[in-house]
Amino acid sequence: MTPPPPATPDGTAPALRARPVRHDSTAAHLARTTATARRVLRQLAHDPRTVALLLLVPVLLLILLRYVFDADRTGFSRIGASLLGVFPLVTMFLVTSIATLRERSGGTLERLLTMPLARGDLVAGYALAFGGLAVVQAALATGAAVLVLDLRLAGSPWLLLVVAVLNALLGMALGLFVSAFAATEFQAVQFFPAVIVPQILLCGLFVPRDSMQPVLSAVSDVLPLSYSVDGMTEVVAHPGVTANYVRDVIVVAAVAAAVLALGAATLRRRTP
Amino acid sequence: MLDPAAVPAHDADVSDEPGANRSEPPRRGLAGGRDRPPAADPATPAAVEALGLTVVRGGRSVLHDVALTVAAGAVTGLLGPSGCGKTTLLRSVVGTQARVRGRLRVLGLPAGDPGLRSRIGYVTQEPSVYRDLTIRQNLDYYAAVLGVPRRHRAAEVERVLGDVDLLDRAGALTADLSGGQLSRASLAVALLGRPELLVLDEPTVGLDPVLRRDLWRLFHRLADRHGVTLLVSSHVMDEADRCDRLLLMREGRVLADDTPDGLRRATGATTVENAFLHLVESGSEESEERGPR
Repeated sequence: MTPPPPATPDGTAPALRARPVRHDSTAAHLARTTATARRVLRQLAHDPRTVALLLLVPVLLLILLRYVFDADRTGFSRIGASLLGVFPLVTMFLVTSIATLRERSGGTLERLLTMPLARGDLVAGYALAFGGLAVVQAALATGAAVLVLDLRLAGSPWLLLVVAVLNALLGMALGLFVSAFAATEFQAVQFFPAVIVPQILLCGLFVPRDSMQPVLSAVSDVLPLSYSVDGMTEVVAHPGVTANYVRDVIVVAAVAAAVLALGAATLRRRTP
Repeated sequence: MLDPAAVPAHDADVSDEPGANRSEPPRRGLAGGRDRPPAADPATPAAVEALGLTVVRGGRSVLHDVALTVAAGAVTGLLGPSGCGKTTLLRSVVGTQARVRGRLRVLGLPAGDPGLRSRIGYVTQEPSVYRDLTIRQNLDYYAAVLGVPRRHRAAEVERVLGDVDLLDRAGALTADLSGGQLSRASLAVALLGRPELLVLDEPTVGLDPVLRRDLWRLFHRLADRHGVTLLVSSHVMDEADRCDRLLLMREGRVLADDTPDGLRRATGATTVENAFLHLVESGSEESEERGPR
């Protein structure tokens, strides 16, 4: 244990809070962000079953898919690569919407916002923790798909990983945002079919987007998951980094950042 | 001392056990009675000043034109029945209540000022800790958010754990704690970083009498030794005598702002509960005579 600080004449520890404190320095923001990320990871460490499900279920689903497409190996490569982007979106959406709903309803968010914590510190801390988790998840799933299940790529698997992590951040951002509109965990989970499933239907996973009814095709043009699936498909079909891939990555990153900012705006210091 | 009836109960229960706080001299007994609050000294500034404070929630006025001061370095009790606006008043002071109108200054700054965020410790009725972390992990995180430097953090966490008597449970998951332990864990978070003002919303609900006495003793020790201002709400009138000053509230209004003795003298009642009843009854007569202020 750390030795106690020297005592003052009345036997008490000296004031530990150095004053004046600079709460707005970059170092202070960084310290609160990493503390938040560490706290989120510690929470996950107390819940090993959730972590195991997060990491193993995508791998198991890919194995399942491989044998569903037993007679159609090119179909497996196309759909499998797209699913590598869908998994992190789905899992991070669910985890984040429940986690932030708990923060809102459990009083911890209110307490944090009475402290010198910027909303950006909190969001960045979550992004760091869940982003890290997404890297592990996507690395496991991509590794299993490419090395074991023989998913055939023309491009580099690292390019899939980039899109997967961006999708994780997008899922997190959407989860954070919708948690503001959910009063209970039941409601939060119901936002999954409302917000995520339409994107899965329209992203081009089932049929090419340009063969949909024109209105749906136009809608799919503005949904971010469409771009991540397009990006994944680029990696399957083309070696190297194509211009389309770069465009897709930028679109997904920009939408994730914008929704994250919207989500941060729903964290209010003063509530009615 | 003065009239024995005038000695507040917390004086009695501190001085009758001089060995209880081993590390401290029994200074409360030597202090000459706490029925002279620091607020009586005009040189001591008020920690909280409100004037014309009004809060409307959901179309209903929860605080009506409240004026009050909270003396610095003293324990002020905010007493009143459930639903009378205590929590809204505390949330306004802390700066989490939206749509607050009127003047409200806290530690010399407007309520909610960013400069206050590390100077106020706030405990809500709901224990605001992470259920899936241990007590120590919770405290470590909140201490980091408050900017307690890393090298002091472990010592600071041990200090507040000792203050709320949870050292032996520090490694327990907070989800496994009893209600009383949970609320003490939440209180420990508020003590981190030695805030100048502690705003505590019903911190002693559901605690056994020994713990309750220990917590009130801690509150007074913080006020006496470190000059901390405490604003403590309760709906239990028998906690009134543990406070240096009282704010009695009912239906969004402050009925009285006085010492427990002053209140009894002014109303001729023997208990704060009776004083409250007296004020409610005389208040309703007066307001009928004078109409709204």
